[in-house]
Amino acid sequence: MTAMTSARPQGHRWVYLALTVGLILMVIPFAWMVLSSIKPDAEVRAVPPTWWPETVTLDNYRSLFDRLDFPLYFLNSTLVALAVTLGNVVFGSMLGYALAKLDFPGKRTLFALVLVTLMIPGVVTFVPLFVLTTNLGLTNTLAGIGLPFLAGPFGVFLMRQFISGLPDELIQAARVDGAGELRIFFSIILPLCGPALATLGILTFLTSWNNFLWPLVVAQTEDKYTLPVALALYSVGQNATKYGLLLAGAVVVVIPVIAVFLALQRYIMQGISMTGIK
Amino acid sequence: MRRQQAVAAWVLAVPFMALFLVFTAGPVLASLGMSFTDIRSTDMSSPFAVGFLGMENYTKLLADPLFQKVMVNTGLYVVLGVPLTMVLALAAAVGLNRVTRLQGLFRVGYYMPVVTSIVAVSVVWRFLLRDEGGLVNTALSWVGVNGPGWLDSTALALPSLVVMSAWRNLGTLMVIFLAGLQTIPMDVKEAAEVDGAGAWQRFRHITLPLLRPTLLFGAVITSIGYLQFFEEAFVMTKGGPLDATRSVTFFTYDQFSFGNYGYAAAASYLLFLAVVVLTLAQFKLFGEKE
Repeated sequence: MTAMTSARPQGHRWVYLALTVGLILMVIPFAWMVLSSIKPDAEVRAVPPTWWPETVTLDNYRSLFDRLDFPLYFLNSTLVALAVTLGNVVFGSMLGYALAKLDFPGKRTLFALVLVTLMIPGVVTFVPLFVLTTNLGLTNTLAGIGLPFLAGPFGVFLMRQFISGLPDELIQAARVDGAGELRIFFSIILPLCGPALATLGILTFLTSWNNFLWPLVVAQTEDKYTLPVALALYSVGQNATKYGLLLAGAVVVVIPVIAVFLALQRYIMQGISMTGIK
Repeated sequence: MRRQQAVAAWVLAVPFMALFLVFTAGPVLASLGMSFTDIRSTDMSSPFAVGFLGMENYTKLLADPLFQKVMVNTGLYVVLGVPLTMVLALAAAVGLNRVTRLQGLFRVGYYMPVVTSIVAVSVVWRFLLRDEGGLVNTALSWVGVNGPGWLDSTALALPSLVVMSAWRNLGTLMVIFLAGLQTIPMDVKEAAEVDGAGAWQRFRHITLPLLRPTLLFGAVITSIGYLQFFEEAFVMTKGGPLDATRSVTFFTYDQFSFGNYGYAAAASYLLFLAVVVLTLAQFKLFGEKE
């Protein structure tokens, strides 16, 4: 027993060392991105590269915000993500509650359908979706970018998992008191769903913010670009060699998300482990 | 009572179902339908007045050398990416499970890339992997290794993208695995320890078997992700050099851009088929045995 307890701290030291090396590798790309975005272009392409900027400049950001329309792309990304988040939170919790606590014909089929949908690659639907969006006159609009994602299977799944864990007695007691089914949902269940709604809201916002293929297809003029679309097209287009500019663009896409993540990471971690366990 | 419940359930379900039918179920079926036709971008306003081809798009795809190439590439993304991501994530989770101090910091750090845009991190990694002046090759030069042009080589470009993807994706699995590890009761491990089982033996014969459902879930979602590989290649290599990193999704996007909607739909359905087959195979091979 004494041998075991004395071996422990030794073992832990190696674990901490390995985890620290890993952590550095995870963070270096972001640190380099931020540091390089405030270097002049010539320094970004210097061989050998510099780590700390020799000259600090905000020119790259000035170009992004003055010469290019990054404030507009930022706004587009935000608007689409907010709408998509709202849709998923509302529709996901509604159906999630029905699947978790109500008894109705077709329930099992419906839940199976939701699970199967989680598996469908986005690439399968985008061609007909584009035909549909065009015929609805929604190509090259923000509505067209967001609409197909308003009701996703993940939200239903997550909310069903969470609401299943709430005690049935709550609902039965309310029924005995004569509350209607919809009232039970809105005034008893929903107020208890705070943490799950927060998780779903954050994850949906992030997914929408980072979404690429569909916005790439639908946004046809620059004024409808979302941030990832703008960044990707600049990086393979005529700005491909403006390294500093592209890295500053990456900062604008990534840093707000990291800030939100750091502030709210508790909810995200909960959500991820919630989907994995059951 | 039951009737009231059923009515309420359907009231709650209808908004979701309406959107789902229009924007998911409908397009999934329409895509299948389109894959049997010669629909092109010029048929946009009359999507029903197109020629029926039967299986022709599919036979043409399977004989198309470029499609064969992108199928092999996509297979490589899965075969290389899934094990690499899972091993790294499991190692991180096992490590995290053994520490108490700073666990939160490590968890947040390892998870951070997951929340960031693939496009943005691909832009960053394109510079990190540059032949001259890239951070990776500079670090290699310190130990006397003359690093290659990772993204310019037909042999190295795809593995390089896989490494970057594993870096970006391992956080999700790490959190899931960590949650799984924490459900393993301490006394099982302690009993084994008392019986003289070493750390590796405990991991091999207790942790891994108990973690099997979680590992299976991780393998399935990771495979589905790598089968749809696209953005990294779009930004970092444009599918090159010589189509060495072009994936099935990339091919589908290209065909769509050329206006070949029927052909693109057929390609996307073959990918869908691959997702279904791979998922079922994993459940069959690694799922709970009765």
